Formats: sequence, structure tokens, C-alpha cells
Amino acid sequence: MLGAVTILLVFQLVGEVLTHVFNLPVPGPVIGFALLLAALVYRGGATEELRSTAAGILQHFALLFVPACVGVMVHLSRLRDEWLPIVVSIVVSTILTIACTALAMTWLMRIGSKKEEA
Amino acid sequence: MTPRLNDVWVYLSATPLLGLTMTLVVYQGAFWVYKRANFHPLLNPVPIAVAVLVLILTLTDTPYQTYFDGAQFVHFLLGPATVALAIPLYPQLGKLRRFVMPVAGGLLVGGAVAAGTAALIAWGLGASKTTILSLVPKSVTAPIAMGISEKIGGLPSLTAVMCMVTGVTGVLAAKYILNFLKITDHGVRGFSVGVAAHGMGIARAFQVSEEAGAFAGVAMALTALVSSILFPLLLWLFTR
Repeated sequence: MLGAVTILLVFQLVGEVLTHVFNLPVPGPVIGFALLLAALVYRGGATEELRSTAAGILQHFALLFVPACVGVMVHLSRLRDEWLPIVVSIVVSTILTIACTALAMTWLMRIGSKKEEA
Repeated sequence: MTPRLNDVWVYLSATPLLGLTMTLVVYQGAFWVYKRANFHPLLNPVPIAVAVLVLILTLTDTPYQTYFDGAQFVHFLLGPATVALAIPLYPQLGKLRRFVMPVAGGLLVGGAVAAGTAALIAWGLGASKTTILSLVPKSVTAPIAMGISEKIGGLPSLTAVMCMVTGVTGVLAAKYILNFLKITDHGVRGFSVGVAAHGMGIARAFQVSEEAGAFAGVAMALTALVSSILFPLLLWLFTR
């Protein structure tokens, strides 16, 4: 567990350093995520220790958002003023996103299988 | 409060212990309710825990910064957790290779619709610039969305709230939309929920089937990766 946590932190640290040194538009942990994925491909998979530690952290993924979300109390007046555009935008956009993604994928899969048949 | 209790309160509110413990206790309480209600999407533990914590802090007149001094230890784990997302993604790479075109197409269409329609609707209804910029990454998983929000000039904590609302909306609406469109493929169903509603979508997709969950996970990771590169670049292109 200690080794696995260290690996995650090292990858995050390398990501943060790269982001700052090269002034990248991507957050450090995302670079760390991409680097770790590349390392897994190179090594041919994660160790059991790494897998169980990741599962442990990701199981409580939702908890990690709580402190940041409590920050909403700082924005209560903004939300009171703009709740209508915010709520309408989120609800309509989320519904459209699900529908458009599903339709695009279905269409592309149909084209793909037609090509295979031909 | 008696003077003695007051001393204890003053002492405790000056240490990080209280904010940290409060976060863990309240979240686990909310999770217990969620579990008892058979994981009903409307009782998602995040919004409930947040509401309870905001109420406690408001009633005790505690500033957010004091609370965050303790809660930052939980917040910090978002970084390593984001890195850790690579690990469950790795076993799905083979499946992903078979569906490169549909996945790439779905990702681009979904990502564009998620950010574009959100910004357009909010702008049309007269939202402020900061609010619109905070809305743009709402379909990206929260830790990364917050990073993007900061880069493009939104408010990360406001974005976190919008991610939460997006997740709950997606989880509630997905079944009805996909059934209405007669989408039966579990890979497609999972992927579209993952693109729109990130982590909460994944949790829901796994309850439906392994395949749906795996594709939702891939969708969240790819949306995060592509958005965190594209959104700041697009903004940079438009504002230069």
C-alpha cells in the first residue's frame, strides 16, 4: 500500500513539474494519469498492490469532491442571482450530450459493420 | 454555550482536526442513507453531505477557510486519485481498440455538445462570464474539471458544484433518453453516460452491467484527457 501510494504521488509530482516547466494547459494530475497509463502499457499491467490501492482510493472517489463542493457557500449570492441559467443550461446540455453521443456512436458502429461485411 | 464548552469550541475550531473529522463523519452518514435507500440517484451522498456541512458551518458562523484548513487533507487526495484512474482503464484498452471509430466520434460529438450547449444556453439566459466559464467543463470529472476551470478563468469551487449537478442529472435522465432513442448496446449506453456525467455516471453504469461500466470508465478518462488539452487551447485561440 505504501509503495503504491508512493508510485501515485511520484507520477502526480512528475506531472505537476512538467505542467509548470513547459507551461502546459493540462493539470498536473492528468499528465500523471497519462504517464501512468503509458507505464502500464510498457510494463504489461499493474501489480496486485497497485490495483488494490487504486480500487481503495477510487471506491471513495465521491468523498474527495466534498471539501471543494462545500466551497459553494462562498458563491451562494452568485447562485441566488444566476440559478436559472445555471440549472437550465446543465439539465438541457446533459440530456443533449447523452443523446448526441449515443446517436453518433450507433451511426459509426453501423458504418463500421457495413464495411466489415463488404 | 457554557464558558467551559465555549473554550473547547474555540480550541477545536483552531485545529484542522474538526474540519477533517466533520467531513468524514457527515459523508459516511450520507452514504449510509444512500445505501439504505438502495442507491437511489436523488439521494446521492455528495449533495447531501455538502448541504449538511454548509448548514453546520453557517449556523456556527465558521468561515469556509477555517473548515478547509482541515478538509484539505481529503481534497489533496483528488490528485493521486486522478492518477489512479489509469489503473482500471488499462484492462479496457483491448476493448477500446476494437471500437476506435465509434469511441473517437462519440467522444468528439459528446464533448463538443456538452461544453458548447452549456455555454450557449447560459449565455443566452444572461449568465455572467465567470459563470459561463465555470460551466464549460461541467461534464468532465470534478478534479480535472476544477483544474480546467482554473486554467480558463472560471471558479474551481463553482465548477465542482456544477459537476455534481451534472452527474445527478445524467444519472437520473440516462435511462429514459437511451430507451427513447432505442439504444440497446450496453457499450454505447455506458459510454454516453460516461461522457455526459463522469464519475456518477460510471457508478450507475456498473449497476447495469460490466460492459456499460467499463465503457463509462473509458469515456470519463478520455473526456478528461481530451478536454483538459482542448478547452484551454480553444480559449487561448479565441482570446488572443
